[in-house]
Amino acid sequence: MSERENILTRIKEALSQEAHAHHGRGLPTVAEQRQVLPRVGATVDEQFALFAKNANDLRATFKLVGREAELATELKALSAAEQWQRVATHVGALTEVAVKLLGLPTLTTNEGYDKHELERCDVGISECDALIAQTGTVLVTSRSAGGRALSCLPPHHVVIARREQLVPDLPAAMALVKQKYADNFPSMISFITGPSRTGDIERILVLGAHGPKKLTIFCL
Amino acid sequence: MSAPLVHFKEDAQRVAADLRHRGIIQTAMGKYEVVRDQRKLWFQDWQGARNLAARTKFEAVNHLDTHLGELAKNLEARGTKVHWASNAEQARNIILGILREKQAKVVVKSKAMTSEEIHLNDAMEKAGYEVVESDLGEYIVQLREEPPYHLVFPAMHLTRGEIKDIFQKKLNDAPSDDPEELTMVARRQLRKKYIQADVGITGANFAIAETGMISITENEGNARLTAALPKTMITLVGIEKVLPRYEDLALFLPMLAVMGTGQPLTCYNTMYGGPRQPGEADGPEEYHVVLLDNQRTLLLADAEQRDALGCIRCGACLNVCPIFRNVGGHTYGTVYGGPIGSVITPHLRGLQEWKHLSYASSLCGACTETCPVKIDLHHHLLQNRRNASAPTSGKPSFFQRLAFRMFAPVANNAALWDLTTRLGRVGQVMHRWIRGSAIDPAQAWTKTRELPPIAKQSFREWWEERKNISDQASSNGEISKN
Ligand code: SF4
Repeated sequence: MSERENILTRIKEALSQEAHAHHGRGLPTVAEQRQVLPRVGATVDEQFALFAKNANDLRATFKLVGREAELATELKALSAAEQWQRVATHVGALTEVAVKLLGLPTLTTNEGYDKHELERCDVGISECDALIAQTGTVLVTSRSAGGRALSCLPPHHVVIARREQLVPDLPAAMALVKQKYADNFPSMISFITGPSRTGDIERILVLGAHGPKKLTIFCL
Repeated sequence: MSAPLVHFKEDAQRVAADLRHRGIIQTAMGKYEVVRDQRKLWFQDWQGARNLAARTKFEAVNHLDTHLGELAKNLEARGTKVHWASNAEQARNIILGILREKQAKVVVKSKAMTSEEIHLNDAMEKAGYEVVESDLGEYIVQLREEPPYHLVFPAMHLTRGEIKDIFQKKLNDAPSDDPEELTMVARRQLRKKYIQADVGITGANFAIAETGMISITENEGNARLTAALPKTMITLVGIEKVLPRYEDLALFLPMLAVMGTGQPLTCYNTMYGGPRQPGEADGPEEYHVVLLDNQRTLLLADAEQRDALGCIRCGACLNVCPIFRNVGGHTYGTVYGGPIGSVITPHLRGLQEWKHLSYASSLCGACTETCPVKIDLHHHLLQNRRNASAPTSGKPSFFQRLAFRMFAPVANNAALWDLTTRLGRVGQVMHRWIRGSAIDPAQAWTKTRELPPIAKQSFREWWEERKNISDQASSNGEISKN
């Protein structure tokens, strides 16, 4: 017998004795989940306000920008302040706009790239799949955000999102992933909630443990 | 006494009296408690959430065979190689086999308690591989050649000074004892390793059957990089980590974060569903998932305690446990410490050798009260006590039997009991002279604690007296007001 069969047989034997369901049976419905999870306002405005508050608490920067011109000003200011030399990004409608505005040497990850070069970039600019109001989370996948490393290796991750990408809560985000990718999931789906952090030394918060020290979210 | 018991007693005594240790733990836990409680209020109904989580885990664990089969099928469908390991040795061999085949030199790891469980680092180092832990806390304890102290905070027992010292000694790079600067030392060191490493090894927090994905929760981004840069990725996961559906994460991700660290959501919650897919920019060429039994099916067979397999390793029960806070994480001598460790270790590693952990509890129930998946922890400790002393598991010791043979006749006879109490009152006056010394029969207790005095009046004496007063009162025509 293979180890697979051995283990599955042991499980079946173990389960032949029934356990008492002290807290009830049956998988919860999404409606049941929503009754217990943190409250989210019903209107889009409330949800944007909540996202902004959460992002702020997480020490991420969130900005609603009206038009491309406004995005250009913001990006240029960031670039000047942090003296960006090199930008990493991926192919996408929004990222292309951003990169053109910056006019810096650019590494595009889509066709594969050299890890050392990505490590030398000052910023990773990506799109996303959704913004989650409930938790201030940016949802990215290996398909929407230029692979696995772009949103994690450079010291600053800049996300460019569209207004319509805001979803109210986690159940909505899970449903979106399943609906969008059900027939072919990306190999990585990541819920990014604030810049990388650690509390491993005396429980004192330090940002930028291994991932980006900064997370900036622009919403057009 | 079993060797683990001897170790437990020695360490418990030393650590409980260590005021420095006590200070560190109190500060760390104090901060944690405040944020955790705020976050619980953030939920509309935290108790309701615990119920849903318990229900979800009940379904997951009680149909484990179905879900596990589904998980493996879905992982394989997109090119992941799934391995099955009945025990630690098989799991080690599978992983060493992959390293050999890939001619790996450097292995980078993100936090995985399962790898502690199978002593993977030892095996890989003996086989000549360079192994680097990438979670900051794990990295620190690895440099100190210590096991992790806590499920979630591996280095919480150390001060910044101690961390600076070990960085200075092992890395020759410790500009100051500032936590930020020390973190940046680790960041610099490990960046090189991610890029150099041939293989990345991770643990898992959840395995989603429906979509065939491994979900990893972390704050630092080290697991993200471990899963992004090396050419081969391996995940070692216990078979009990299965969740049936993708949407179950909507509940479990925030609950784990709230109980683990008091965050609304941990910084990175990432699901991996295979190696790099066509059209993707990066990711490993090969993805291996090793499903580990290692006695979990034994715990599964115990219908009474099966719920313990629902544990999401949030560490909350450790944090609230008065024993853990006094004796510290290393005293347990186990991979999984605190209440949950005391419950499952006797199942995973032998009841007789580890039964003492069932007594490392005041049975206050704080663990059960806090557990997000409602594992009945303190009752399981009682059940383990019962099982350990069941007739089938051997006789109690000579002294235990002697003690009870002497106690029984006294306790069964009112006059004898009375006499003993009276003698005790006299005896306790004389006990003062020897209290805490080597000839004190109660030394184990009195060395570090006060012995409460026997009450001046026993309940029965009080009752008699009271009856006399009220008899008198009623014969005087008054109505007792008490
Ligand atoms: S037993 Fe419960 S409280 Fe303890 S670590 Fe597991 S899930 Fe958390």
